[in-house]
Amino acid sequence: MKFGVVVFPGSNCDRDMAWVTQGLLGQTTRMVWHEESDISDIDVMVVPGGFSYGDYLRCGAIARFSPVMKATIDHANRGKPVLGVCNGFQVLTEVGLLPGALMRNRDLHFICDRASLKVENNSSIWTREYQSGQVITVPIAHGEGCYYAEPDVIQQLEDQGQVLFRYCNPQGDANQGSNPNGSLNNIAGIRNQQGNVPRHDAPPRARRRRSHWGHRWFGGV
Amino acid sequence: MAHRYQAQIYVTLRPSVLDPAGTAVESGLKHMGYDNVAGVRIGKYVELTLEAEDEAAAKTQVDRVCDELLANPVIENYRFELK
Repeated sequence: MKFGVVVFPGSNCDRDMAWVTQGLLGQTTRMVWHEESDISDIDVMVVPGGFSYGDYLRCGAIARFSPVMKATIDHANRGKPVLGVCNGFQVLTEVGLLPGALMRNRDLHFICDRASLKVENNSSIWTREYQSGQVITVPIAHGEGCYYAEPDVIQQLEDQGQVLFRYCNPQGDANQGSNPNGSLNNIAGIRNQQGNVPRHDAPPRARRRRSHWGHRWFGGV
Repeated sequence: MAHRYQAQIYVTLRPSVLDPAGTAVESGLKHMGYDNVAGVRIGKYVELTLEAEDEAAAKTQVDRVCDELLANPVIENYRFELK
């Protein structure tokens, strides 16, 4: 399986991502510059963390119009997997591959910490090696990680099992006290609607967890 | 003949979206003694110039620019004035 890791001007977790896909998972990985439009050799596209195009205007807003993102949308629409982590999640909402938007953290602080996440759905390719309900710990590092969507969109995500991860406490309780950034329903990772079998699920933001990934694929803020 | 217009564009958070930065500023104002201040919401101001055949064409284009890039309809509204 061949991974492609997008590199925007301002990406800063692209090498971390390649370290995971190539170094830990042992898969062929190609760094894909943002001006490239031919990604037909790639099986899994990954949009990594960072500050694409300086995050000017809104996080991920300008990255949306890059040639590589047009190719990535096409890749996703053909049913191939796309993963967005951190800034990559923001980009995927901006391009419309995932619903909602990421906003400033509730308490306005940049958060660099470890967070407990509950695996809500292990039927996706990104979470299938977890148990449903399992609590995992991931490092988080973001300033704009507050997931927002209209109530009917949130309801749809919940009803259709599109929520993959939820912020929780170490005991697995998801409440306001275990919500680091104000994300609605404590949502930390989602997939798109077609994600019932290996599809272009695209959860959010895992970074700085490279030594613990093993064979597990996931996104967590 | 094309005319030059200036668009003054205001991008604001939709009313249903919480604005923690606005809340923090409001709290700061209250600490300064402005107890009568409420409802602080922070947005963006963008200005640009464009050439268009007439005002209607300019409006259509600015609408498109806002819809496609300057505002994210999931969380933001916009309005603008042409001069």
